[in-house]
Amino acid sequence: MLSRTAENLFWLSRYVERAENMARLLEMGYRMALMPAAGDGNRSEWRSVLSAAGCAEGFDSDNTELTQATVSDYLIFNRDNPSSIINCFEYARANARAKRTAITQEMWEALNGALMELRRTAMRNLAKTDLPGFIDWVKSQGALFRGATDSTILRNDGYDFIRLGTFLERADNTARLLDVKYYVLLPETSMVGDGVDNYQWTTVLRAASSMRAFHWVYRDDYSPWRIAHFLILNPFSPRSLAHCVENITNHLERLARQYGQRQAVHSLAVDTYAILNQGDMDEIFSHGLHEFLSDCLRRYQALSSAIAETYYFGGQ
Amino acid sequence: MFNEMKMNDQVREPYRALVDWMDATGPEILAQKRLEAETLFRKIGITFAVYGEGGDPERLIPFDLIPRIFTATEWRKLERGVKQRARALNTFLYDVYHNAEIIRAGIVPADLVYRNAAFEPAVIGIDPPRRVYSHIVGVDVVRVSADEFYVLEDNCRTPSGVSYMLENREIMMRMFPELFSKLRIEPVDSYPDLLLKTLKSIAPRKCENDPNIVVLTPGALNSAYYEHSFLADQMGVELVEGQDLFVSEGRVYMRTTRGPERVDVIYRRIDDDFIDPLCFRPDSVLGIPGLMNVYRSGGVAICSAPGAGVADDKAVYTYVPDMIRFYLGQEPILNNVPTWKCSRSDDLKYVLEHLPELVVKEVHGSGGYGMLVGPASTREECATYAQRIKANPSDFIAQPTLALSACPTFVESGIAPRHVDFRPFCLVGDDIRLTPGGLTRVALREGSLVVNSSQGGGVKDTWIMAE
Repeated sequence: MLSRTAENLFWLSRYVERAENMARLLEMGYRMALMPAAGDGNRSEWRSVLSAAGCAEGFDSDNTELTQATVSDYLIFNRDNPSSIINCFEYARANARAKRTAITQEMWEALNGALMELRRTAMRNLAKTDLPGFIDWVKSQGALFRGATDSTILRNDGYDFIRLGTFLERADNTARLLDVKYYVLLPETSMVGDGVDNYQWTTVLRAASSMRAFHWVYRDDYSPWRIAHFLILNPFSPRSLAHCVENITNHLERLARQYGQRQAVHSLAVDTYAILNQGDMDEIFSHGLHEFLSDCLRRYQALSSAIAETYYFGGQ
Repeated sequence: MFNEMKMNDQVREPYRALVDWMDATGPEILAQKRLEAETLFRKIGITFAVYGEGGDPERLIPFDLIPRIFTATEWRKLERGVKQRARALNTFLYDVYHNAEIIRAGIVPADLVYRNAAFEPAVIGIDPPRRVYSHIVGVDVVRVSADEFYVLEDNCRTPSGVSYMLENREIMMRMFPELFSKLRIEPVDSYPDLLLKTLKSIAPRKCENDPNIVVLTPGALNSAYYEHSFLADQMGVELVEGQDLFVSEGRVYMRTTRGPERVDVIYRRIDDDFIDPLCFRPDSVLGIPGLMNVYRSGGVAICSAPGAGVADDKAVYTYVPDMIRFYLGQEPILNNVPTWKCSRSDDLKYVLEHLPELVVKEVHGSGGYGMLVGPASTREECATYAQRIKANPSDFIAQPTLALSACPTFVESGIAPRHVDFRPFCLVGDDIRLTPGGLTRVALREGSLVVNSSQGGGVKDTWIMAE
């Protein structure tokens, strides 16, 4: 497969996943802001959403007031924000169009349809008047694209690059969702374990669409320890770091088998997986959740670069 | 004006079955089908970007539901004429880059060839595989009466539009299956196979195995990008950009996830100027540095061959009938439109005196840009254009305004005749092949003779009836 094709497939699925995860971050901010505010008002929630999205600096440089309306507009429609939902869909579609023949008609229609819809002014109104409704729409577009992919695409190396993009981005984003908690709670560590704290932890679960799955596994014990375990170490949870990295490792293995070649990127993935596979929640909390998540984010970055290098994206 | 469907209020024979069917179907259902067709096109993503107009870069080219129909007899004549032209043009190209016998014989003036911007000194003496330069010849044909056809121009580089021929048919078959089962219409879907066969047949000298073929595109922003990706897909070959290819040790490779993979035949959809920055334009980022050296040494085949453009110049066009007589010893089957060359003083005088009745074109222009349609222009427009001609007479040719035939077409007020032209796609490799069909373009504006999609033209499916 042409390296540029692999690169397009990898990034198009990353952008779709990123759009969806931006929506999940917004959902979390929205739910947290519904809680009775303390001290700084609920502005700290929106600030933490921006920080977790990696968009705080860009937002600040615009000098806009920090409100739900301004933050959601920045994360959804701002053309200068490279991670805004509309830009994610633009980039995803541009990658698909650059290699129309590498994806199926159904996948193209899912991407093309989402962007056409998003460009309509009606969607701006929806985001303004009914943010949860808009968030659901974005999530359903992601589901549509993945469903179209799953049911139509040939299971060759192209499929592996698509899945690598999805899981790298999802791992990255679950780590960021969890990190929002860190930012929100930073000034008030004494509140750990109280009502607000627990509410915020369950918000993380909701944003990860994992409430029911969590019930199945842990019943009704919403302790931070369990929730963090579910989203970090539990391999059965579809958005957990462990599950994502397991999939990354598998798809890299498949590529190694197809190409008859194992390279540095493969051991990098296996090492990362081992950390999650053998991880212990007590240890992670005692060393600091934020530090652990930061380390994970660095590793995903390294994996992404190693994939690009191994498969000759953008050069020989 | 010749109406292809009706003559003296009688429906012409090839259209009879269609007209019966349309009458039985009724205008409401037809109008609804028209909307369905547009939705289908948009969904599939067949779009056409128009240069220099801004706006939607993925504009739809209007598709007209009423097909254009040729009888088997009409087609046989067209087919023979088009193949004859394709053969003569390729012989001419080989000749001008080798012994130039047609110039020595005094038939084509030397200046016209050697001082032509499309003439490539870099390929003089090179033998392309099978001595073919133009592997896909698009011959634009117009009709003025029941049995009079004229060739308007030849396109020897990489004529576009064949994807419309295939997609138009696909849409028509989806929408009107009953018509296709009732009438005997020649299928067009063999074109991608024939193209692949043609490309395989021109494998370069150094290629020992089954040749690896790619389609080279300038990228997704190009107006014909849909066609590039469509053809690559239909042939099952890679669609590459310049950045995907590189030259190493005398061969061309593409960058793949498994490492470099050799490329033998490049069906390029970018102009000569851009294919190799070392040989042509140094500022080109679309091309592959060193490609021409590999081509020269027989390491890669390029379709169309560099330099092929010199045969489809509008001034060279006027000599095609002479080429046919000179190289093939035959009389041309298809006529040229009588043409005045403004480089000749007698012709120039005539052209300037008769501007309001003529069509004047730039010799090197394409896409319907920069031309003057005398009868449709104001006196001021003619006067301004006359100044341009006087400044550079040799840049212009003029032709009588032909009464192009018209076909019934859906327009806002209902169904009305609109002018059409026709472009069949002739493949030249180990054999000369012509798919029974082509692209019919239609000028959607009333009275307009300009069919280019960049100037408000649309397309129709073209039916060749089987015997």
